[in-house]
Amino acid sequence: MLWSALRLSCGRGSLARGLGTRGGGFTRGWDGKVSEIKKKIRSFLPGGALDPLFNTSHLPPEQADVVIVGGGVLGLSVAYWLKRLEKRQGAIRVLVVERDHTYSQASTGLSVGGIRQQFSLPENIQLSLFSVNFLRNINRGFPLHTGVPGGERCSPSGPPVQPLRLPVAGFRKRCCGHGEQRENAEADPHISLRQEGAKVCLMSPEQLRNKFPWINTEGVALASYGLEDEGWFDPWCLLQGLRQKVRSMGVLFCQGEVTRFVSSSTCMTNTSGEEVSLKRIYEVHVKMDHSLEYQPVECAIVINAAGAWSGQVAELAGIGHGPPDTLQGTRLPVEPRKRYVYLWHCPQGPGLETPLVVDTSGAYFRREGLGNNYLGSRSPTEEEEPDPGNLEVDHAFFQDKVWPLLAQRVPAFETLKVRSAWAGYYDYNTFDQNGVVGPHPLVVNMYFATGFSGHGLQHAPAVGRAVAEMVLEGSFQTIDLSPFLFSRFYLSEKTEEGNII
Amino acid sequence: MGRRGWDLDGSGFRRDWLKTWVRGLKSLCLVTPVCNRSTRCIRGLSGLVAPEDNQRKGRTLFQFLADHFYDVAALREYLLRKQVLAVHQKNRFQGKEWIRPDRRGRFPYDFLKFQTVPVEAVDASGCAINYSGLDNLLPLKELQALWLQRCPHVDDWCLSRLHALADSLQELSLAGCPHISERGLACLHHLRHLRRLDISDLPAVASPGLTQILVEEMLPDCEVLGAGWAQGLKMGPGGQPRDASSSLLT
Repeated sequence: MLWSALRLSCGRGSLARGLGTRGGGFTRGWDGKVSEIKKKIRSFLPGGALDPLFNTSHLPPEQADVVIVGGGVLGLSVAYWLKRLEKRQGAIRVLVVERDHTYSQASTGLSVGGIRQQFSLPENIQLSLFSVNFLRNINRGFPLHTGVPGGERCSPSGPPVQPLRLPVAGFRKRCCGHGEQRENAEADPHISLRQEGAKVCLMSPEQLRNKFPWINTEGVALASYGLEDEGWFDPWCLLQGLRQKVRSMGVLFCQGEVTRFVSSSTCMTNTSGEEVSLKRIYEVHVKMDHSLEYQPVECAIVINAAGAWSGQVAELAGIGHGPPDTLQGTRLPVEPRKRYVYLWHCPQGPGLETPLVVDTSGAYFRREGLGNNYLGSRSPTEEEEPDPGNLEVDHAFFQDKVWPLLAQRVPAFETLKVRSAWAGYYDYNTFDQNGVVGPHPLVVNMYFATGFSGHGLQHAPAVGRAVAEMVLEGSFQTIDLSPFLFSRFYLSEKTEEGNII
Repeated sequence: MGRRGWDLDGSGFRRDWLKTWVRGLKSLCLVTPVCNRSTRCIRGLSGLVAPEDNQRKGRTLFQFLADHFYDVAALREYLLRKQVLAVHQKNRFQGKEWIRPDRRGRFPYDFLKFQTVPVEAVDASGCAINYSGLDNLLPLKELQALWLQRCPHVDDWCLSRLHALADSLQELSLAGCPHISERGLACLHHLRHLRRLDISDLPAVASPGLTQILVEEMLPDCEVLGAGWAQGLKMGPGGQPRDASSSLLT
């Protein structure tokens, strides 16, 4: 049928041109006709992405293997490790859905950017150590050798990342309050810190004064000082670098908002005879910005890395819809909490050697640049929590709650001048302020990578790897994050972290 | 302990010369003729044999002049420094000896006999040493001088590891390393015994003049060689230098 159509069209053409061209008319204009016919064939064959009638380039693809909800540093880290650890190049199609490509409200860009290993949970220490190694090697176009069997195949596809100016400078220090109990309590985590390989040392008030003469050591029993691999870096650089790298590895990006999950459920009976309904998301509806247009994306796995809005995304998937005190009724307890950051200038302030200092009262600060500018803030207590509806800055909070504490610890800060301030969200886990990583027990193909309550940025590379391993291998390989699984909310087992800023 | 001589070309003169070198820096008469004829390096000493009686006369005259004139004493110091700086790729033991590779770049096997001798100075200029390579240098607890000039892979992370040498390191040179920025220099405040620090010609440092001032404030006992304060200043409209870093404060 096709050949006869061809012959007909050619015949008509040669007749129109005249008798003299009958012999050569069959081959004239042959290439143009062939390409037209190829286009027509491709448009009705399955798997074709061409839609010659409408321009759909702004829409996400119709199918993707993994859909990552949220394009912040955690989402991009998961995308990177998924592409890095896939068994064959191009095996997995990953789509990152980010609502706002300017990242105006995303926690990553608004973060202070500190990184430390001084945590009380060994898993948190290992996550930080891994992330620091990742950051150290990031300038070499991302590390090639991971120690994973078959790691040699994972060469970065695409141009290496531009040097990111990420080297960490300065160290973190934490002051402890008075009291013997605090001393002992501080010494124990230090043992675990040193066992994990973090290089920290304990300092007495005298040593503190010798090293940092600008500190007022009144009320300080001990200080813990990180000697290596601690400090701060520019989170925006990391975000942009990851974006470029991940794009070059073939991950698809889409600017849109996830509005609906369509899932299928199967009822199964567990060992105690109860009926459990397991859900599987098979479609994600991605709505475009400023429009009613949406695209249903068929997917196999959904990763919830939506940061402060992870709770809403989980609600869409039906997590938490059920009678209370059941697994179906357990919500994801992650909600946005507003935190302020202030930038001030103090000409007589501490010098180049200043670490990121965290005071007993919770106030913290670090240097910014060469010009005696400092960044800092304090987390408000539960009673002082501001309304997370917007990102307006409350300057009175600095005057009343932050400045007196800073001036008490560093007398030079009595004469400071605030230059600017901004606010950002913590993806605050109201249960135990630690991250949620891993699959949901009932919605079997939704994985979480969220809820880190202020230390998500410094754990992002390691958490990305953990989630990718969970997706690809089915279990954690490098760092065991089973204390961070979702099931602890139902079982009411808190995984508490002592050193939260 | 450090009286061994490296007989690089088998001349007996070499052994005597080095013994003199080791004994002290006062008898510099042998150094002066060397430097007059060729200031290459100790390797090129094979052809330089001076007769004994001329030496003695020369030593007395030079010594006399050096004791009485500051200029000649300064000249002596200068020549000595030039000698020291002109040799590449050497290590120095406590007996003030340098071990250096021969013409083909190989180290002599006598090196292995010195395993218990503490190393005082390491000259790794131009070496491709990196973060994990520093594992070899950090256990040297007696290290007093470390030269890392023009090392292409030494960056800020490497500097953060140097705190392990804080008790002994007195001289550090980072001139010309392309990946060191002011963030790495901030890590040097652990080295409280540091007396000489060379941070000249660091292309990755944004404002060299301001950085030098901040580093000098950070290490008050240390002599910091580097950019002059005028570097990094732009000429303002009136011909007066304006500080480029003032833009940070606006």
